[in-house]
Amino acid sequence: MVENVKELLKLHEGITHEVYLDNENSTIVPQEVVDAMLPYYNKKAYGNPSLTHKPGWEAFEVIMGCFSKISHFIGAKNLEEITFTPSETEANNLAIMGSCFAQKAKGKKIVISEIEPINVLQTAEMMGKFGFSTQKIPVNAEGFINLEKLKEAIDKETILVSIATVNNEIGTIQPIKEAVDIVKAKNPQVLFHTDASDAYGRIPLNVRNLGVDLATVSSYKIQGPRGMGAMYLREGINLERILEGQIGTQKLWPGVENTPLIVGFTRASELAFSDFEGNIAKMRRLRDKLVDGIFAELSDLRFNGPKGDKRSPDNANISILRAEGEALTIELSLKGVYVSSGSACSRRLLQPSHVLVAIGRVFEEAHGSLLMKTTRSHTEEDIAYVLEVLPTAVNRIRGIVGSTGVH
Amino acid sequence: MSRIPLPYNPKVMDLFRNPKNLGKMDDATVVAVAGNPACGDMITFYLKINDQEVIEKASFESYGCAANIATSSIVTEMIKGMTLEAAWKDITWKKVTEEIGGLPSVKFHCGVLAVGALKRAIRQYYAQRGVEAPAWLSKEHTFEEKQALEEEELARTLSKRMKPEAER
Repeated sequence: MVENVKELLKLHEGITHEVYLDNENSTIVPQEVVDAMLPYYNKKAYGNPSLTHKPGWEAFEVIMGCFSKISHFIGAKNLEEITFTPSETEANNLAIMGSCFAQKAKGKKIVISEIEPINVLQTAEMMGKFGFSTQKIPVNAEGFINLEKLKEAIDKETILVSIATVNNEIGTIQPIKEAVDIVKAKNPQVLFHTDASDAYGRIPLNVRNLGVDLATVSSYKIQGPRGMGAMYLREGINLERILEGQIGTQKLWPGVENTPLIVGFTRASELAFSDFEGNIAKMRRLRDKLVDGIFAELSDLRFNGPKGDKRSPDNANISILRAEGEALTIELSLKGVYVSSGSACSRRLLQPSHVLVAIGRVFEEAHGSLLMKTTRSHTEEDIAYVLEVLPTAVNRIRGIVGSTGVH
Repeated sequence: MSRIPLPYNPKVMDLFRNPKNLGKMDDATVVAVAGNPACGDMITFYLKINDQEVIEKASFESYGCAANIATSSIVTEMIKGMTLEAAWKDITWKKVTEEIGGLPSVKFHCGVLAVGALKRAIRQYYAQRGVEAPAWLSKEHTFEEKQALEEEELARTLSKRMKPEAER
């Protein structure tokens, strides 16, 4: 298998331009962020922040600074409200499982949307093993949650609602404040969690203004290193730990704090917020150029998710009809353009993207979907290069499809 | 999201990049289809069969992943010049997978679907001519044909499960 991968990589030799647009699944960490992290491996603050010696106290000081900065960036009241976790997956698991275990005397019902990320969806469903039930709120064709149905779903048994601020696949910006108000009006005891991983650094985000009780953010989604995320928990709310071990600076997550990754996440956040308006304007301009360019060159496309200011500025999700997504991602890779697809083709009859299905896309539209996310680090030349190679790639794959499956 | 880093071998990649016998055949004797775009997997085979029941030409079109394209292409290569009887008896999905140098296990079904389409084409040839099928042509569906049917049935179920606008 590894031999095959070596051969696959050889096929990419001679590529003159590379454009990484798969920022949904990982990201390129800017050198500036890497440089900020490296000293903490062996030059300074390499100690355990809970111990009584200089390297430990140095680490404590650095980590407290990071807690403080992240809490500021998301609009938290104080730094005790932040817990660093090894990614948004762990943060979402902690938020859901921790709230359920702490609230179980009050009720056993969880409410989420149909288009939550897998780490929310599957965690909520897994809670069934502990006697909790999950109700999923439907979304409309643009991915907006049905607020009426949300209101109906909230009852005396409900203890937790989890709805992402921005959908990770189709960029829909949910009316979280409205949803919180609806939920709390019906049952003030319900905790409201939002996975804000795709909102952080992309849209103005303030957990106190939104009125949420818990929130999740992620490092790699803002060009930070993988392996770091954070959970916000509003002061005064009780949560149960889901892992046991040595407790250090944070009571909800045991183990030794990962100082370099915490620093990397914080530095990436500083860069994202240092010229926030400028950064998102750039993402939006490049994203629009990408989408407009693709629609100008090709026909038989579907734009997935909302348009305009209700969509995250970085997100482009397009279904390319009469082409299959996996074949497209490979064809594009051979030309140096890296994207992902909602195609189901990695196992026999695997389900395609649940988000695209939930907004009413037929399976063929989901199989042919491409997900691309721009960052502030992309250039006009990058997008021009994508627009140069993408139509040719699509046309070649469509040429293989021919009349197959055209009804 | 499809994220398994499928380590296709060089032969699969070569046939994906430069598929052999690609395209519609206007003078085909039989045209057979297997799979369904809803499953992300569909193949059309075009066979030109002469009076001696020899496959003179074969071509394909494919809606699917790289493995689907490559296995379809290699089947058209393998059956060229074969009698229908030999193609029926000798071409199995295991043989196709072997011929292509192996596939990731999650892609075995691509070879199965390609052979399912081929067997359908052969069956169709006799049905189309209205002659009695030869003794070697089993009345029972072969494994590959059954799998193709199963996939198509599932596609129908999946489509039914899609919710109408009113329910959203």
